[in-house]
Amino acid sequence: MRRIVSILMENQPGALSRVVGLFSQRNYNINSLTVAPTEDPTLSRLTLTTIGDDRKIEQIIKHLNKIVDVAKLVDLTEGSHIERELMLVKVKATGAQRAEVKRVADIFRGDVVDVTPTMYTIQLTGTSEKLDGFIQALAGTTILEMARTGVSGIARGEKILAL
Amino acid sequence: MQEAGCSGLYSELSSFRHSRAVSCHCTDYFWDIQNQTEDRTVDMLSGGDMLIRALHDEGVDLIFGYPGGAALHIYDAIFNQDKVDHVLVRHEQAATHAADGYARATGKPGVVLVTSGPGATNAITGIATAFMDSIPMVVISGQVTLDSIGSDAFQETDMIGVSRPVVKHSFMVQRPEDIPMVVKQAFYIATTGRPGPVVIDIPKDVTDPGQTFPYEYPESVKIRSYSPPTKGHSGQIKKAVEILMQAKKPVIYTGGGVVLGDGAQLLTELAQMLGYPVTNTLMGLGAYPATDKQFLGMLGMHGTYEANMAMHESDVILAIGARFDDRVTNSDVSKFCPDATILHVDIDPASISKTVTAHVPIVGPVEPVLKEMLEQVKNSKLKVHQEALAAWWKKIDHWRERQCLAVESAEGDVIKPQQAVSALYEVTGGDAYITSDVGQHQMFAAQYYHFDKPRRWINSGGLGTMGFGLPAAMGVQLAFPDATVACITGEGSIQMNIQELATCKQCALPIKIVNLNNKALGMVKQWQDMQYGGRHSASTYADSLPDFIALAEAYGHVGIRIDKLSELKDKLAQAMAIKDKLVFIDIQVDPNEHVYPMAIRGGYMSEMFLSKTERT
Repeated sequence: MRRIVSILMENQPGALSRVVGLFSQRNYNINSLTVAPTEDPTLSRLTLTTIGDDRKIEQIIKHLNKIVDVAKLVDLTEGSHIERELMLVKVKATGAQRAEVKRVADIFRGDVVDVTPTMYTIQLTGTSEKLDGFIQALAGTTILEMARTGVSGIARGEKILAL
Repeated sequence: MQEAGCSGLYSELSSFRHSRAVSCHCTDYFWDIQNQTEDRTVDMLSGGDMLIRALHDEGVDLIFGYPGGAALHIYDAIFNQDKVDHVLVRHEQAATHAADGYARATGKPGVVLVTSGPGATNAITGIATAFMDSIPMVVISGQVTLDSIGSDAFQETDMIGVSRPVVKHSFMVQRPEDIPMVVKQAFYIATTGRPGPVVIDIPKDVTDPGQTFPYEYPESVKIRSYSPPTKGHSGQIKKAVEILMQAKKPVIYTGGGVVLGDGAQLLTELAQMLGYPVTNTLMGLGAYPATDKQFLGMLGMHGTYEANMAMHESDVILAIGARFDDRVTNSDVSKFCPDATILHVDIDPASISKTVTAHVPIVGPVEPVLKEMLEQVKNSKLKVHQEALAAWWKKIDHWRERQCLAVESAEGDVIKPQQAVSALYEVTGGDAYITSDVGQHQMFAAQYYHFDKPRRWINSGGLGTMGFGLPAAMGVQLAFPDATVACITGEGSIQMNIQELATCKQCALPIKIVNLNNKALGMVKQWQDMQYGGRHSASTYADSLPDFIALAEAYGHVGIRIDKLSELKDKLAQAMAIKDKLVFIDIQVDPNEHVYPMAIRGGYMSEMFLSKTERT
């Protein structure tokens, strides 16, 4: 099952490599990973998506917790949560396709953030599923380049991940 | 410095420790340089001096190391003081094993100092050994200067990166003034929670003697992202005690955690109060007195028949400080103790339900959890099922009758390796510190030397590091100069750190090396006999073995060769009677012997080979 794990950790050199190293060392998967400092610059928030059965996820969470730099973490998929991913995609947009690409972008509430006579750069935000859906909808066009940020997320309601 | 080092018998050893202090030209001057700021006096120290001073303030009096370019400022700081002794090894791997042996025997963290590059990478095997067995250790590695990091400078290695998978934590010191706090944090992390090795990587310019900074050692430390458990959950303990008291076929299965967590005394009390059988893992030997009638021996791959049978048929297993390692569960965990309810106490939550699912998990340090358990058992309204327990013991006694460790003498005057260990046990009255290397001799030592006290059996259980035994024995002997320290080894393992015979000479360590010489990599050969049709691929070298007696003598030690069973005990006693010298006892043993019992791969715990011809 796909899980989203959010980690609050010390904003220290080496901390990220310890988290990532754990995954390769114990043969766990990372599907996506995003990390940046929080409102408290001494703390970073790292969010990763991984796949595994309950037993594996339990082990991943326990091992992450053992890393000295990791202050707190939460498996967001355990409760209701908001997940978002941002994608920038350069699409060939010439001839009849130019209008079609714009229409599909509109349907997915994407923004065209850069234009040349032959292409659009579209920015799209949403769940990973929605981003995948957009790419499928673009099947008839030529995708020239794509950059996805990986999933970030936050729990719904009063639950907070903080020290 | 250990006071015991000054006793008369080991004058050479104590004089080593003493002469080191004298040879330091110890003026102690730099620690006295004081700078009056406001109304307090603050010592102004360089990074190198701060490091050694911080070690002293942390209670360290002995470190193991090997100098080199990036560590030279630190070595100069060592030269200028007499509070922290340094033992010069002959290979950095040995420094880590020696510090490890010191830590296992004393319970205090072991400290290592190496230089950058090859010094650091040579230390990795020893760090990994300590990591697998949860041994508290602080390893200080020199590093190239801050501005040359990343430039592929001479003797540069990314020590933080290379060591990452085998350390509990690591620090790269960026500023000299951070040294006291980093040292404090490193020791705190290494010794609390589930202990483990911590690396401090220090760039050379950070220890520059030309720059001084105010020194103050922090009294306490708090790390917001690190809070090891300090006690177990009372509700869980209650639940466990209820199940434990109602057990009909219980087994207490304990591991290295009970030794490291100083829980041996409490474990013994608990087991004896309940009257339940106890088995120890390889790492846990000594946590329960081996000569007590409730002890079933070691369990697992080379465990006793009775221990493995009892585990397999048990209805309740109380696992304490043990991690259901594959050498215990025999790989296929679905076949592990099918009828047992598992109560698992461990300080590391990640060890619980990692391989075998625990029905009642208890996360906490062994000592307070055992204390609370003991209290609850005492006050419990439930009574131990005496009738069922009597039937259970009857069954166990029946298994014991099989005498799975009985050894038949070989033809001629040939010594069986088991007989050599038994003879050592008798000659030392069972009271020696025993270190071992890895292989058949290690299993024979575990099976035939009966440990009644914790911290007496010192071996590389998790990583299985050949070459561990001799340097570990150095650490033990330096910690306890008056104690009998024997390294049970084989002619394969001993050659992996044989250069330490020179360190033993320099420090006058009266270690007894008991070399079970079967002229082959015995355990490899055993597996090849059992699983590869006897094809001894790269496991024999009889024609190229050194003359160990001459080798020992070349290093300035005593060598004794024993090759007749009829002379075994007398010669061993003679060797052990030499109190002031290292004795290399080369015992020629039966080269065809296998270690039994041996678990049958992928089977139940009840499935074992009991000899070359018998199985369960």
